Amino acid sequence: MQELKVQEDAASAPAVTKRGTAIVVTSGKGGVGKTTTVANLGTALAQRGAKVVLVDADVGLRNLDIVLGLESRVRHHLLDVLEEKVSVDDALVADKHSAQLCLLAAAQTREKEDVDTEKMRALIATLAQRFDYVLIDCPAGIEMGFKNAVAGADEAIVVCTPEVSAVRDVDRVVGLLGNRFRPRLIVNRVRPQLVAKGKMLSVEDVNSILRLPLLGVIADEPGVIIATNRGTPLALNGASKAGAAFRAIAARVAGEDVAAPEVAIPPQGLMAKLGSLFGGRR
Amino acid sequence: MIEFFNRLFGRQSSSATAKERLRLVLLSDHLALAPDLIGDLKRELVDVISRYVEVDRENIELNFEQREKVIAMLANVPILSMHPATRANGAKRSGRAPDGTKRPRRRRKRATPTSNPAPAT
Repeated sequence: MQELKVQEDAASAPAVTKRGTAIVVTSGKGGVGKTTTVANLGTALAQRGAKVVLVDADVGLRNLDIVLGLESRVRHHLLDVLEEKVSVDDALVADKHSAQLCLLAAAQTREKEDVDTEKMRALIATLAQRFDYVLIDCPAGIEMGFKNAVAGADEAIVVCTPEVSAVRDVDRVVGLLGNRFRPRLIVNRVRPQLVAKGKMLSVEDVNSILRLPLLGVIADEPGVIIATNRGTPLALNGASKAGAAFRAIAARVAGEDVAAPEVAIPPQGLMAKLGSLFGGRR
Repeated sequence: MIEFFNRLFGRQSSSATAKERLRLVLLSDHLALAPDLIGDLKRELVDVISRYVEVDRENIELNFEQREKVIAMLANVPILSMHPATRANGAKRSGRAPDGTKRPRRRRKRATPTSNPAPAT
């Protein structure tokens, strides 16, 4: 494969400057929104003018293509590239909405153990020379798939939901990552009404346990499901709060100091407080 | 505010319960000690201290706290009296106050048993 050879040459001639940043999006637990985060963060970064490639490292359970609405365009996949059957350029799929964004899909009929960790590391390094951001969608779990997804990354973003199981798994993953990846936290699927009633862990609760730099907070909204149904990431939707939250996260990833809480917790009225004291399960 | 009322009525929100459960489970994850082993640690620690001083077993507090880089073990062990055998020669210290009542002394022990889990490869 052409690019990998370039990389090997680069190892002997250290003059090649690295351009972009490779960020792995991980969580330990499945179903917390890793793929949605990768799709939206990538879309939002591309909208800002950055050149972005999304790498689906979830070999065997390919999903990033369908979330982006690109499933019909995928011809070759990650393992074809790693096994040097096709070049990187032949395998990259251009996004529908942005010429700045492209996808390297996972193999659907292969296994995570088929990925050669060193080749994966070299591929990510090659991509980082050509793109501003390489976002790696990590599979759930902490086994081989996780290790391969993390191998070439410079940084990590961990996605957590306000649930005990997700928090515990993120804690474990952060322990496995160590200090090298400087993991930053996204708290996804927050339901402000439940938080206000004391029925859901707040972002502060979650991060009092995890103690990570907070990259962003995304409220649970039906729009996320609708966007996935259509294959059009919410980051493109100007009316969506979750879309705005993803754009704010993209700005922070790009180094901008965007403050402003994206999820406001509604203050509880006195009657609601009294009501919750005397009735109902908390 | 709402937590205050809940405490007043002796009830805890499920999110507060979740936070407390998480705190405990992560502690035992980080220490790689099962919760019942933490109980054993406490018992054995008290047994050792009891060889030297008489402690108030009912009121011992043993807590673990996540600090920046390490987990700290904080033990609060009320001492009821010194055993005569352990007193230094000629020392006149007594567990009893001048009026003859028992005077608990509080001692604080600190230890930092483990750091965060090492990064796996």
